[in-house]
Amino acid sequence: MKKFCISFFSILFFTQASFALVKIDITRGNLEPLPTAVSKFYIEDPSKFSEELKKLKLEEKISETISNNLKRSGLFFIIDPKSYIQSPNIAHVKPTFQDWALIKAQIMVSGKLVIDEQKRLRVEFRLWDVVGGKEIEGLALFATPQSWRRIAHIISDKIYERMTGESGYFDTRIIYVAESGPKDQRVKKLAIMDQDGSGNKYLTLGNELVLTPRFNPTAQMITYMSYFKNLPRVYLLNIETGSQEVVGDFPGMTFAPRFSPDGKKIIMSFAKDGNSDIYTMDLSSRVVEQLTTHPSIDTSPSYSSDGKYITFNSDRSGSQQIYVMRSDGSNVKRISFGEGLYGTPVWSPRGDLIAFTKIFKGNFYIGVMRSDGSGERLLTENFYQEAPSWSPNGRVLIFYREKKSGKSGTGGGSSLWSIDLTGYNERKIDTPTDASDPAWSGLLSK
Amino acid sequence: MYKSVSQSVLFHVLFVLFTVVSLPFVKKEAITAQQLITVDIIQISEKTQLPFAPKAREIIEKIKKEQEERVVTKQAPPKIIPKEKLKAVPLPDQVKNKKKEEKTKQNPEEIKELNRQSSEFEKKELFDPNKIAALIDKSKEETADIQKKQNLELTQNQDSSVNLNKGITLSQEDAIKAQIYKCWNIPLGLPFDQDLLVRIRLKLKQDGSILSSEILDHARMNQPGQGYYKVLAESTLRAVKLCDPLKMPATGYEKWKDLQLNFDAKEMLRG
Repeated sequence: MKKFCISFFSILFFTQASFALVKIDITRGNLEPLPTAVSKFYIEDPSKFSEELKKLKLEEKISETISNNLKRSGLFFIIDPKSYIQSPNIAHVKPTFQDWALIKAQIMVSGKLVIDEQKRLRVEFRLWDVVGGKEIEGLALFATPQSWRRIAHIISDKIYERMTGESGYFDTRIIYVAESGPKDQRVKKLAIMDQDGSGNKYLTLGNELVLTPRFNPTAQMITYMSYFKNLPRVYLLNIETGSQEVVGDFPGMTFAPRFSPDGKKIIMSFAKDGNSDIYTMDLSSRVVEQLTTHPSIDTSPSYSSDGKYITFNSDRSGSQQIYVMRSDGSNVKRISFGEGLYGTPVWSPRGDLIAFTKIFKGNFYIGVMRSDGSGERLLTENFYQEAPSWSPNGRVLIFYREKKSGKSGTGGGSSLWSIDLTGYNERKIDTPTDASDPAWSGLLSK
Repeated sequence: MYKSVSQSVLFHVLFVLFTVVSLPFVKKEAITAQQLITVDIIQISEKTQLPFAPKAREIIEKIKKEQEERVVTKQAPPKIIPKEKLKAVPLPDQVKNKKKEEKTKQNPEEIKELNRQSSEFEKKELFDPNKIAALIDKSKEETADIQKKQNLELTQNQDSSVNLNKGITLSQEDAIKAQIYKCWNIPLGLPFDQDLLVRIRLKLKQDGSILSSEILDHARMNQPGQGYYKVLAESTLRAVKLCDPLKMPATGYEKWKDLQLNFDAKEMLRG
């Protein structure tokens, strides 16, 4: 009993004497882009490379494309390659982290190129955590040397995914309407390019007016509108094969055909008996179904990512506002209640947000709101801008913007722009001609 | 025996009587409050006819003259206004308008509500019960201000004293926070509406260098669908390494040798 008492009181005494664990809440930090070094890729056995390949300088171009992709995302700060201490070949095998830490890099990308017996290009890349002193990602990719650009985009996506936790959007394409010529004789062609503006190609000759091209989320197919003998037609175009088919002729004004998330239906609006409503068409049976029957103008329909809901704009309340309904046309609910007019709603691939164009006091805004209409945020304001389209990860929007033309009608012109959800990272996407109506594809390497 | 006792008693009685009669401090007098003397401050000239000193007289006369000059002003002759001849019988609306115009003219007998002075008795009547709420609100504001001040003083006092729950002072805690803030690059793409709290346990050496760092819910990093958590956790580990060694207090090593940092980027990501 005596022993017990002694031990009990001694434990009690020593417990009282020890200190509680110090806990500190860290709720602030830097919101700066992550300092990143992209070391030049190196060629392992240059003798195997033909003169033609050597001239291409793929080792430079791949690392440059990766750097540009990461920089454009606004999440990475690329440290000037002139300040790199370590040579690319050593950096790829066993980097000296102190050398990279010295230039304040927190992550580092290295890689090498090899040509195998079948003349295929093998690209290896590694992502290093400079601070932690370890490799955090590595991948080897095979392709023909001509598709080096896609390899660079895929590597960029891997880095983006590893460092942000969400999928990338670099290995994607953008389809748009390329415009040229004077205003009264405007030539409008369908054009396609990589998301960074490279590899521009024209898909139509410009004989017919083309409008509102949209990607199929599941396949490399697009739907667009074109006027043939002044009649609007909806087309389907396979990008890989180039084959094209007419979905149907629609009387009156037809607007913005768009695919359903499973790619089996097209949703659009067209005017019938002087009233514009929302319709869907089953692509296999070609059966058309009317979803709205209101006497007001209902246009710009867009499916939610799960295909259960549709958002569209309508003037049924007296002014143009955004509405949401079930995919069968029931349970129509207005979701926009702010000042001004709202149009071109597009549901995010993530499903959480709806992007829109807002017209208020003569200015055009691109903004986002939650699917219940709450949390409206205007990302960018300009003289004229519209038609937002989401990147496949739902983080960036692409849209087009028109410049004010002079009194004589000169100047003006339209161009493509992108902006991320923070609203701070706004960038122009270079195109060879004027451009409008952009649409973003899904990831090519899914 | 009786004789000596009676003598003693007598002697004592006499001694007491003598004391009461002769010694003044034994008899306590009632304390009477001293009467306050009221002093009226008046001009000497009101009560006496004593002549002023020549210089003072000059000054006084000069002031008097100035006052007279100020007060006495010549009144402007009244303006002759010709009588208006009515060209037609005024309509009722015009009559009303005219009445309104007349009101705009100065009327010395009219006392505007704002300018009117009121006696203390009138003030009681003028008291507006509707303004009680405003007064109460004001008093609330005042008390809130006082409380705020008190709280501020309290925290300031605490700041310099040891925080008993933690073992380090609040200013020491702030100093550690400031170091980590500089080292932590928050991954920008993370969602703000998810539970992404990362807790790291640090063991520190006496010089502030990090002996070991461990993410408490490490298993979550490798679970499917926890990509954002993994990204955030890795960023916090980088922050801790970038901050190594931490600048810690020179004393009290036993108190801070084990440290837990709770990284929460929610507020920053929300913007």
